[in-house]
Amino acid sequence: MIYTLCFLLFTIGLYGVTCKKNIVKIILGLLIMEYSINLFLILLGWRKNGIAPIIDQSMSHEVFVFQAVDPLPQALVLTSIVIGLGVLSLMVAISIRLYQRYGTFDITEMNKLKR
Amino acid sequence: MTNLSLFILIPLAAAFLIPVVSRKLKWFPDVCGIFTTLLLLLLSLQTMNQETVYAMGNWPAPYGIVFVLDGFSCLLLIIINLVGFVSTLFSFEYIEYFYTSKLRYYSLFLLMLAGMNGVVLTGDLFNLFVFLEIASIASYALVGFGCQSRELEASFKYLVMSTVASSFILLAIALVYGRFGSLNIAHIALLIKQHGMNDTIIFSFVLLLVGFGVKSAIVPFHAWLPDAHPSAPAPISAMLSGVVIKALGVYAIVRLVYNLFGMTALISNLLIYSGIISMIIGVLLALGQWDFKRLLAYHSISQMGYIFLGFGLGTPLGILGGAFHLFNHSLFKSLLFLNSGSVEYETGTRNLEKLGDLVQKMPVTAFSSLIASLSISGIPPFNGFWSKLIIIIAAVQAGKPVVALWAVIGSILTLASFSKIQRYVFFGHGKNFDQNSFKAINEVPLLMKMSMIILAILCTFTGLLMINGVNGIFGPVVNVLDAGPHTYIEKILKSNFFIPGN
Repeated sequence: MIYTLCFLLFTIGLYGVTCKKNIVKIILGLLIMEYSINLFLILLGWRKNGIAPIIDQSMSHEVFVFQAVDPLPQALVLTSIVIGLGVLSLMVAISIRLYQRYGTFDITEMNKLKR
Repeated sequence: MTNLSLFILIPLAAAFLIPVVSRKLKWFPDVCGIFTTLLLLLLSLQTMNQETVYAMGNWPAPYGIVFVLDGFSCLLLIIINLVGFVSTLFSFEYIEYFYTSKLRYYSLFLLMLAGMNGVVLTGDLFNLFVFLEIASIASYALVGFGCQSRELEASFKYLVMSTVASSFILLAIALVYGRFGSLNIAHIALLIKQHGMNDTIIFSFVLLLVGFGVKSAIVPFHAWLPDAHPSAPAPISAMLSGVVIKALGVYAIVRLVYNLFGMTALISNLLIYSGIISMIIGVLLALGQWDFKRLLAYHSISQMGYIFLGFGLGTPLGILGGAFHLFNHSLFKSLLFLNSGSVEYETGTRNLEKLGDLVQKMPVTAFSSLIASLSISGIPPFNGFWSKLIIIIAAVQAGKPVVALWAVIGSILTLASFSKIQRYVFFGHGKNFDQNSFKAINEVPLLMKMSMIILAILCTFTGLLMINGVNGIFGPVVNVLDAGPHTYIEKILKSNFFIPGN
């Protein structure tokens, strides 16, 4: 159920990217897509009443395996957030430059490239 | 034995070093760039005929990240670093003339190189995504490097399409991880073998195919390429068309199809028909172009079609043809983009109608571009002829003569559009040609000439040598891919797991 909601969020982002004419809205759409995937990854490793995936000496291995959340998706999400930050900053920089050149955020008016 | 992490460490370290050091030393970016790419080229030539698995941090295969070197990665490494080296040679004077910031240029260039080397070496699905993003982010920035309105527009378009593709890839990786709990390509292949395909895996495979399809600009997803490639500086166009679409797109698709999911008739048909469609549509759109670089960019789409067709056939001969054409295309297409760059360097325009009669004034550019045009349109004895011949023979042998016929038609149309370039730029002139404005034109500087001559010689002689030597480089590629997932799994996981038979 909750995975379906993640996927719904992804499609909302995709709708924003494909159907909106404003650069800022396109960027927001891309961000929504990205965050829905991050959420999905985190949910993959999540378990109810789980403990932090840190093992100490007082804990037996079985308890750890059956109670701890999966740490790998968390590492993946961390990486993917950093990548998303890089892409976002580049996107915003380019859109600011585009605004300086064209004086608008509307992509239908940016048509200097040959069609 | 080469340490595989060097291929990522060296360019990353150089990309970091250049902005730090070159505030004081103005000559540093050029020298460091050329030295780094030369070093990488030598290292990659050294990896020929080697097969290694390198475990990062000494963690064994399914738990840690591994780097895998086999015939196919080796071929891609050689192409990437060769074209990288030649493009750096070309950039030396070109960037100084057209653009301002050399240090940022070389820094981004080396980052892109590091990302691509990582993509072709890694044996881990998420790590592949990370390197893919490193290479992509660097290439977005390089496409918009001039900061003119057109370049920014092209860069934004490329960025949006490519980021959506990356999101698809990441979603597919998340789905695969959710199903199998592993990210190692070989381990996933093993688990697919044991548990069979199910809906989740098929869905994630489709997502991966779409994602990497956008990266490799195959026809339904090609819209960004004809804008992005001409907007970049010429050496970067050479890198983008020659290498980036192959390393990020074709390599990943072929690796996943052959070594992870296994080749089936459906996938084979999908690749063949998308190949044919991009082959024909790309070349038809190219015929109508009047911008030198834009015409070349459309040809990249068309030639990618041949590569997809070769790999899609799935027979050993088809794989051989695909791999050989991949190698050849990176040579002649980067040569053509460098030619267009040197024409722009001297005349200041890329419009075919305004150019003309450059053969007396720029003989090196004219003849190297003649060689490249003959090879791309498949005239013997240049290299493009042999790879297209192999692909066509493979198509006939696989019982698909209609496919072979389309490939021949595509090749004839390619010849037509390249005779247009030769006619309007070098050996004749266009309607708006103004003789007086072209009086002061000379040949380009030495390093730019050198880079074009290197590629022209390679274009001529790889065609001749490959008659005998084709098994030397391409034999291992065919072996790796034709053997399917089983051998790949065995090589990487070794005896850690029980592997069921074929």
